[in-house]
Amino acid sequence: MTQIAEPGERAAPGFAGTAAEHKPRTRRKFNIQSVLGTTPMIVTAVGVFVICIIFSIIWSFTNSKLFPNFNFIGLAQYERLWANDRWNISVRNLAVFGVLSIGVSMVFGYLLAVFMDQRIKQEDLFRSIFLYPFAMSLVVTGLVWQWMFDPNLGIQSAVRQLGWTNFEFAPLVKQETALYGLVLGGLWNGVGVTMAILLAGLRGVDSEIWKAAKVDGIPTWKTYLFIVLPMMKGAVATAFILQMTGIVRVFDIVIAMTQGGPGVSTQMPAVYVIQHITDRVNVGQGMAAATMMLLPVMLLIAVQYLLRWNANRKAGRA
Amino acid sequence: MTTEAISPGLSAGTLSGPRGPKPKTVTIGRIGVYAFLIISAVFFLMPLWVMIVTSLKTMPEIREGHLFNWPALLTFDPWLKAWDTACTGRDCNGLKPGFWNSVKITALSVPVSIVIAMINGYALSFWKYKGSELLFGILIFGAFVPFQVVIYPLIIGLSKVGLFATLPGIVVVHTIFGMPILTLLYRNFFASLPIELFKAGRVDGAGFWGIFFRIMLPMSVPITIVAIILQVTGIWNDFLFGTVFAGRENMPMTVQLNNIVTTTTGTREYNVNMAATILTAAVPLVVYFISGKWFVRGIAAGAVKG
Amino acid sequence: MTTSVSIKDLSLNFGNVKVLESLDLEVAQGEFIVLLGPSGCGKSTLLNCIAGLLDVSDGQIFISGKNVTWDEPKDRGIGMVFQSYALYPQMTVEKNLSFGLRVARMPKAEVDARVKRASEILQIEPLLQRKPVELSGGQRQRVAIGRALVRDVDVFLFDEPLSNLDAKLRNDLRIEIKRLHARLKNTMIYVTHDQIEAMTLADRIAIMKNGVIQQLADPHTIYNRPVNLFVAGFIGSPSMNFIKGDLSGTTLSVDGQANIPLGNYQFANQTNGASILGIRPEHIAVGEEARKMPVQMESEIEIVEPMGADTVAWTKIAGQSLTFRAAAEVHLEPGQKVLIGFDPGRGSVFNAASGNRI
Ligand SMILES: Nc1ncnc2c1ncn2[C@@H]1O[C@H](COP(=O)(O)OP(=O)(O)O)[C@@H](O)[C@H]1O
Ligand SMILES: [Mg+2]
Repeated sequence: MTQIAEPGERAAPGFAGTAAEHKPRTRRKFNIQSVLGTTPMIVTAVGVFVICIIFSIIWSFTNSKLFPNFNFIGLAQYERLWANDRWNISVRNLAVFGVLSIGVSMVFGYLLAVFMDQRIKQEDLFRSIFLYPFAMSLVVTGLVWQWMFDPNLGIQSAVRQLGWTNFEFAPLVKQETALYGLVLGGLWNGVGVTMAILLAGLRGVDSEIWKAAKVDGIPTWKTYLFIVLPMMKGAVATAFILQMTGIVRVFDIVIAMTQGGPGVSTQMPAVYVIQHITDRVNVGQGMAAATMMLLPVMLLIAVQYLLRWNANRKAGRA
Repeated sequence: MTTEAISPGLSAGTLSGPRGPKPKTVTIGRIGVYAFLIISAVFFLMPLWVMIVTSLKTMPEIREGHLFNWPALLTFDPWLKAWDTACTGRDCNGLKPGFWNSVKITALSVPVSIVIAMINGYALSFWKYKGSELLFGILIFGAFVPFQVVIYPLIIGLSKVGLFATLPGIVVVHTIFGMPILTLLYRNFFASLPIELFKAGRVDGAGFWGIFFRIMLPMSVPITIVAIILQVTGIWNDFLFGTVFAGRENMPMTVQLNNIVTTTTGTREYNVNMAATILTAAVPLVVYFISGKWFVRGIAAGAVKG
Repeated sequence: MTTSVSIKDLSLNFGNVKVLESLDLEVAQGEFIVLLGPSGCGKSTLLNCIAGLLDVSDGQIFISGKNVTWDEPKDRGIGMVFQSYALYPQMTVEKNLSFGLRVARMPKAEVDARVKRASEILQIEPLLQRKPVELSGGQRQRVAIGRALVRDVDVFLFDEPLSNLDAKLRNDLRIEIKRLHARLKNTMIYVTHDQIEAMTLADRIAIMKNGVIQQLADPHTIYNRPVNLFVAGFIGSPSMNFIKGDLSGTTLSVDGQANIPLGNYQFANQTNGASILGIRPEHIAVGEEARKMPVQMESEIEIVEPMGADTVAWTKIAGQSLTFRAAAEVHLEPGQKVLIGFDPGRGSVFNAASGNRI
């Protein structure tokens, strides 16, 4: 890239001799310690996040059963996958679960954040209360809510004992409602985080905006909704991405709360993959499902890449 | 300035308007705000309350219903049973083996994963080399990849080197999956330090490790507290990796808890189940309540993924 | 006079952004050189190259006659002081000072002696056991200088060392750096964007723009005989007046409205055509004084800015705005008509096309 200059050209008066023998060139200082120190990172990045994924994809084209093999059978695993009700229902469940969880979590989280932003004296106390479920594992979350939803001894029976004998609140026993029970458990665990992120975003908005809105006589709720919310795109995006990654890999809470049931009403893709590589000993099928799970992530990255590319192009033109 | 000129009788009219701080009135809006927050708080606290009271009741009392009531007859037997003698299948050792397994896994995984991530973040901030940014990009990609996509090849890989279903194996797995977020955490931290500090170190003749150990390490105490909180709660709460990689010998507490609760033999002892659940949640809860604001910072730091 | 630092044909790119291109600079032993220029012109980059903190893309750097182009910073015989102080926050002042020496595994007695000497020179002995957070800005910068001092090196590199300090401290510490140079007599290369610092400290000033040294000369020459419009405009506050006109022989005709005779201006290479006369506000006389000047004219005052020590006034000649500096006693007010005058011999004339002095 750099043109090598003729040695003679560089001969400077005072240092003619040395100058000629030290022909300068572009040289990236390469620090061997830095490479050695980051060996675990190199191994992880390449070994796990590249090679393992490649192997997953390769095995998805084979008929591997208990052990992986390389008997390629084309797209057969994918055909079988998409012909499988269990998988199709898993995907649909995930979509419903995701849209509901993210939607409610965003709305409820933003409401909590806005209410917390009203100069509440006990802010720290409320924050601790909203956030503590997140410190607990999703297994714990699932088990607690399973108990609360118990049709005979849970919330339903407690309310009935108070006199409302027709009260129904045991979502996990019915196929149509089990998924909503799962959403509720997940929300209890994670809304606090959305609230915390959005509250930080609220606090990060320039306080002069508030003064300006006040002087202009804009009602508080309108300021929150139409002025401040669009200004905290970063916090919203963060909360969204955080939930998104959590939802695609949702597993623990399903196992603890419903084991995918009743029937297949709360089956999820992540559970499908694990079941196929463990109990169902059908690695090829599991890998095909795993590869499909990679798609939304790839899509997200592609979108981000496009956005950045577009921004760069605009910046370049300006 | 003109206060002297005002005589009481003369200008009573001009003085009678609003003066001084505006009186604080309790508005409907204010009541609404608190009502909303308190109702929300009840929703978040309810399961904890139910867990606690259930774990202190006897089984006959539980069968009467009254989910929310404080126990009429207080008993701690469920706690003892959950810890010591609850059964999973044919083993009846309670949660304690799982607890100690989790302690072992956490105690090893937390320092290993943090030290590695710290070096990564340091190198990525100050000693970039050809390809280091690409590696970091892959790592960040790894933060978004569903674990299920890499789990099976990882099982095969770890089996090949004899680490599958061993304690070192599960430590390696936690280190791998903690690396993206921790590396990002440390990279952002080191990148926020003034670069002159690094330059001064170089002029003073310190190299890669000299600057790391003598200048950067002592400065990263606060961020390391955040990292420790993040990792202790994360690893303690892990279920998936514990199920897949730990093996029977090292089964962590969460897995054991799930096995105890969902075990189908005999009658379900809800009080024991709830005691076991609280016991499992205890460590991260204690970390949460001790660390307070730091925990929030950890979440914020963990959330910078995007 | 021996050469202390010698930079030959130095180029530096960040990716495909060329920051420095074929730059040459010779610094004599014991000389105080100031690199002066607007922010982003590559001063710090040049200093970092000299220090070895950046790898050069091309060219060579010699320090004390040794080619150090590929040497590590520690092996170049330099000490460096940064704008942000860059003190190691967890170490006491003493440990900060001795860090480099301890890294080099110097015997303890020698380390202590050097720390003692440096802290005496900088009068920071009472602070030795404190941590940087317990120091004021001025004290921190003293420690940072001390860190360079203990290294006992030939060349000191300063990167805007006073820019983070408030005005008064800046003045105090500036004098102290000057005193330090008088005492130690080692080579100092000092980066700043503050022209007062440059003028007061430098033996020679190198004025930089876009990675190129525009003029390298002593402060007096830089101030009185700027080589081009950039240097002329950059040095001096309020900045030099520029009067655009058309030069023919020794007469500058301004928009056909006025003719300014440049009789006693010493042309280096007179070129007819579009030209610019530069005249400093402090070289314009007003009132009685103006009558002694070769060039005189009536003008109307527009704005007056009293500065305390003197007064800066704004006016126009032939439609072009002009500022001048008058003694504080001279009474001036907007709308007033005054006689102003100057001596073109003290001004500078530039070719409008090339921007160079003629
Ligand atoms: N690490 C870097 N990567 C890319 N560009 C840089 C880098 N450091 C400095 N630059 C660019 O080089 C130019 C000179 O910077 P610098 O030497 O810091 O200027 P200054 O004269 O203000 O000290 C600037 O335009 C800056 O944007
Ligand atoms: Mg600079």
